[in-house]
Amino acid sequence: MGTPSVLWNVAKKCFTVGVITLTVSDLFASIVPVRGASMSPTFNPKTNSLLDSLSDDRVLVEKLCLRNYKFSHGDVIVFSSPNNHKEKHVKRIVGLPGDWVGTIYDVVHVPEGHCWVEGDNSASSLDSRSFGPVPLGLVKGRITHILWPPQRVGSVDRKIPQNRVSSS
Amino acid sequence: MGEWSRSVIPIVRGLCFLYVTNKYLGTTVITYGPSMLPTLCITGNVLLVERISTRTGKLRPGDVVILRSPEAPRKVVCKRLMGMEGDQVTYVVDPKNSDRCKTVVVIPKGHVWVEGDNIYNTNDSRNFGAVPYGLLEGRAFWTLLPRKDFGTLPPKPR
Repeated sequence: MGTPSVLWNVAKKCFTVGVITLTVSDLFASIVPVRGASMSPTFNPKTNSLLDSLSDDRVLVEKLCLRNYKFSHGDVIVFSSPNNHKEKHVKRIVGLPGDWVGTIYDVVHVPEGHCWVEGDNSASSLDSRSFGPVPLGLVKGRITHILWPPQRVGSVDRKIPQNRVSSS
Repeated sequence: MGEWSRSVIPIVRGLCFLYVTNKYLGTTVITYGPSMLPTLCITGNVLLVERISTRTGKLRPGDVVILRSPEAPRKVVCKRLMGMEGDQVTYVVDPKNSDRCKTVVVIPKGHVWVEGDNIYNTNDSRNFGAVPYGLLEGRAFWTLLPRKDFGTLPPKPR
């Protein structure tokens, strides 16, 4: 008599917490680990190949920017990879729609609805220089703060590369 | 404090549950425009869309899908899936002028090819190229309105 109703209450509480957490993390903000060294030194500055998942940076990703898809130059964004929708990448926006971005070989026009992203660590970053401009519809959030490790807690600043982008 | 939370939490839980169902299971969409004639009316259809096929990757060419437009991230469009990654797609570049200008394209990894059923008036992969799979939002599997089209969606007309 007592156990089923206790189980039911526990299940109801888990369901409530789960559903509310999922909604908040989809609509407002969530905390994600950043893997890899492509955004060094902003994230994961120690380029140690033995980097385990406990020492990855944890960052705050805000989702409110997805209401209007209005980004600024220098924003760090999380987006689904155009080559594999199951992977997500973290890179910085260098070019917005309509901009002309200079790469080593030529100058590329960023089409409407797309953005040009590059990692802070140009030497080891797979970004728009390989897979081209990224549709803004693939963006999943914008990183605003580092939450872990404690010595680097703080907001993530916009860094705009000089002399590489010409806005229209 | 206790009484207030007792009445608010079920409401919040209900709204969050609706949101999660809408985002992860399925939703209804209203379509309008000429690009999917004759399958969908120009004045509008109400379609039931499921999101499970997109998440599990079980989409097949011939499915009617809704996706975020690669040209405008706030716009969601409805087209038919015509090719998956690795497929070769042959299409007519300008059907109004000549139907012998065919181009062959191999769809890159992680992308899909979408086309509107109305080849004379559609803005689809023939204009904006192969679309990354991540832009797909769901598969339309049932028409609710108008009443004469109630039921599953017909396959692509020849």
